[in-house]
Amino acid sequence: MSDLIKNIVRFALFILFQVFILNEVPPLHQFIIPYIYFLYILWLPFNINRFALLLISFAFGITLDYFTGSAGLHAAPCVLIAYLRPFLLNLLIPQDTTEHSYLEPSIKSMGWAPYSLYVALLTFIHHFLLVLIEWLQFGNFVYFLGKVAATTAVSLLLIFITEMLFFRKAKFRTNKA
Amino acid sequence: MKNIFLFIQRNFNFLGFLILEIVCIVLLNNSSKTHQVFFSEMAEESTGKFNKQYNNWRYYFSLKETNQQLVEENARLRNLLPSNFQSPDSSTQQIVDSLMRDSLGRSRKYTVLPAKVIGNTLTLQNNYITIERGSLQGVKKGMAVMGSTGIVGVVVAVSENNAKVMSLLHRSSKVSAMLKKDNSAGSIEWDGADPSFLILKNIPKSSKVNKGDTVLTSTYSANFPSHLMVGTVYSVVADASSNFFTLKIKTGTNFFALQYVYLVNNAGYAEQMNIENSTEKNP
Repeated sequence: MSDLIKNIVRFALFILFQVFILNEVPPLHQFIIPYIYFLYILWLPFNINRFALLLISFAFGITLDYFTGSAGLHAAPCVLIAYLRPFLLNLLIPQDTTEHSYLEPSIKSMGWAPYSLYVALLTFIHHFLLVLIEWLQFGNFVYFLGKVAATTAVSLLLIFITEMLFFRKAKFRTNKA
Repeated sequence: MKNIFLFIQRNFNFLGFLILEIVCIVLLNNSSKTHQVFFSEMAEESTGKFNKQYNNWRYYFSLKETNQQLVEENARLRNLLPSNFQSPDSSTQQIVDSLMRDSLGRSRKYTVLPAKVIGNTLTLQNNYITIERGSLQGVKKGMAVMGSTGIVGVVVAVSENNAKVMSLLHRSSKVSAMLKKDNSAGSIEWDGADPSFLILKNIPKSSKVNKGDTVLTSTYSANFPSHLMVGTVYSVVADASSNFFTLKIKTGTNFFALQYVYLVNNAGYAEQMNIENSTEKNP
């Protein structure tokens, strides 16, 4: 299965999973909203064009927005993490080996610690911006941070489970593609 | 031009990021009422800040004009002050002297007119008080003037809207007064020394005067009604060479703080003066 088709399938699956399963979960607590859809952006290949990454993220976010009926709400944080992703990856991976030998970010390709940091940071940033533009104010800042932290924690838990369930084989880059 | 393209090329990703974020915000703005309100409010707030700053500067340049306007406004408002429109006091208060009776019943003898004090001297030997009430408002020469705590003087000159009152603090002021205790009458004068004290002369040594005795106007006066407060005895001086006391009287009226006085019109004043000044035709 080529990368393109695989990513298109992922696109659809992430959206559908987020919209029809996670968004249907009855609210457990005011702090907790399970989000996992943005993992799609984190999983996109290393060698993708940065501008293409932005456009794909925008399209991904806006698709989710049209499902939830709030155009632009999820697209903005998606574009933000898509913009920040290359910088973070540059910092976290050993430049000379990984990017050239692996296709996409994963535990295997980056190692536990860098991958966890990568996911956690981008998740936090995503939720920070999401909650901010949802509320349009910090309000009680402790409450705001609590909400962001709790949502991040739930997301990280979901991502962890996902990583365990769908163990991606770290693909080496081949010369033929 | 080339530099612009270079710049765009170099920052292509960042510009793309910015544009996409802006598109997100615009979409959000269009789809959600809450966000629309928030963003328009934010825009108004920031433009408002600039407008305010700009206005401050403009305000500075128009300060002179504003001052001029304020001065004119002040002048206009000052002209509207109620104190500028003080109409001449023409109210009257009537006192019916119940002692004066005839077969038809009671007849009016005294009329009291309130008046505002607009001038007062204390420090001279001959002191006068000016009041804001004149002939047009019923003031006549010879009317008695009293305050709320004691008599004040006698009207000596009248113009249309003002009158001049000879204060008790006048070297030639002379008012008939008596002791409340035994009705022995004397005459109130002023020695020109202290505005708080008057002199009561011609009280016979037979009357037992004490410090603090009340002095009232006597029944003999043509302009003053009887039994008006004059003052209280402050000290008693027995003149060894005569049969009379000379009493120092503390004035009932505080001449230092005279605001309103009452003019007393005696309806029988002219007649009384006439009869008192007439010479006997058939001696």
